[in-house]
Amino acid sequence: MKLITAIIKPFKLQEVREALVSSGVEGLTISEVKGYGRQKGHTEMYRGAEYTVDTIPKIKLEILVGADSSSRIIDVITKTAGTGKIGDGKIFVTNVDEVIRIRTGETGNDAI
Amino acid sequence: MKLLTLFAGLFMTFASQGIYADELNSGDTSWILTSTALVLLMTLPGLALFYGGLVRTKNVLSVLMQCFAIACIVSVLWVIYGYSLSFYGDGNFFGNGDALFLGNIGRDALSGYATTTPESLFVIFQMTFAIITPALVVGAFAERMKFPAMCLFSALWLTLVYIPACHMVWGGGLLADWGVVDLAGGLVVHATCGVAALVMAMVLGPRKDFPGPSLVPHNRPMVVMGAAFLWVGWFGFNAGSAWTAGTDAGMAMLVTHISAAVGALTWMTAEWIKTGKPTVVGIATGMVAGLATITPASGTVGPQGALLIGFLAGLVCFYATQFIKGVLKIDDSLDVFPVHGVGGIMGILLLSFLGTKGILSVGANGDFNPMTQFIIQLKGVGVIVLWTVVFTWIAIKATSLITSLRLSDEDESEGLDLIEHNETGYHTS
Repeated sequence: MKLITAIIKPFKLQEVREALVSSGVEGLTISEVKGYGRQKGHTEMYRGAEYTVDTIPKIKLEILVGADSSSRIIDVITKTAGTGKIGDGKIFVTNVDEVIRIRTGETGNDAI
Repeated sequence: MKLLTLFAGLFMTFASQGIYADELNSGDTSWILTSTALVLLMTLPGLALFYGGLVRTKNVLSVLMQCFAIACIVSVLWVIYGYSLSFYGDGNFFGNGDALFLGNIGRDALSGYATTTPESLFVIFQMTFAIITPALVVGAFAERMKFPAMCLFSALWLTLVYIPACHMVWGGGLLADWGVVDLAGGLVVHATCGVAALVMAMVLGPRKDFPGPSLVPHNRPMVVMGAAFLWVGWFGFNAGSAWTAGTDAGMAMLVTHISAAVGALTWMTAEWIKTGKPTVVGIATGMVAGLATITPASGTVGPQGALLIGFLAGLVCFYATQFIKGVLKIDDSLDVFPVHGVGGIMGILLLSFLGTKGILSVGANGDFNPMTQFIIQLKGVGVIVLWTVVFTWIAIKATSLITSLRLSDEDESEGLDLIEHNETGYHTS
């Protein structure tokens, strides 16, 4: 089992979520996060003075998938979240030891 | 025939009300009642929202609280001694105690100043001006001053700076004797709060994060709402200061509006040229600069003078803002001095040259001469600036002997809302 964590541009959320649902993803966690990468921060103005704000808002998606569907889901996110411009975000993939559905106690792939 | 005589008699009675100045005029009274409500709206919620939006998320409540508390404190002090020391007696700097606790003001008394309206109304109309002036100073020490110190300082400042300035200019004191013209408070309100802001910023020192990237407004929509209240409220401030519901009030409202619009456009354009974008905080701030600058002149200039005053307000106040923070590195946090101080003083001086002869001579000496008036206005500015510097400094030093002025660095990072008030402006759930 894999945990796919994707940092994407906020305006892409709707499109990515719809694509994931049609690819059979049954659930995901969405967080509003702030950070920076190569895009750095952005400039804000206040009464004629420019201020550099270090961080920019992004959306973090967390999706649990079976090992076999991992690369397909990554493909879907890459295609839908990409604009070709700097700041499109990143995808991290981590191995997951165990998954438990709290309601039923099911474990492993059954709990995804 | 008998009926006709009765009508004629009635007509005579009504007509005579316009002739004698010491009779109540319901038109004037209605307008000052309305103006009083408008001027209070400038502070609550206008200025409170304007300032509240300009600070950071963690300090939004502290600023709203400071404006609210000042409104209440000043109201009480105005009743106890503020009105009396401002508008009774003929001392040079302070009035006298004849109207302490407003004890001598009867239900039927008419104002000695706005002579066709009730004195009770004049008391509260002037009270709203006394409220907004120390509330404007809040912008200088926002995001770092402790609440108890803020309360004490504001009370002392009202007593030592606002009341004498009010008496000197409007209550028959020194500057009134000299013939200084200041319709609605270029000196009394804007010069005093602006200069006090500079003194406060220097005595308190800058915010921990100044100058830094984090010091940007947290809620610009709130700034715009506040600015809009200020614009509308300012009609009562300036046109209400005509003290009658006649031609003076009409012209004051017109020139006030013109200056606000031109000041806003000028600031917006100056910023657009300098930084590449027109900003909403910029257009709103330019509007305030235009309003502050026309304030003293709104009883004497015409529409063309207002166009010029608005233009100079937007331009000069914009560059003054860059100068104070960028060059002098003084953390007058919400730019009270460059907008109100510079604007108010500029309006006071400009009106000497832009005031129409016939109108200005009512407020000043009989034979009007621009240079003569300019010298009088300049002396007035000198007295008010000097007085404000000295007594603001005394007020803050006296406060510091009784209670500490600033939060610790740690508490300042945490934010005034939580540290001073145990509340937060926003919850995520």
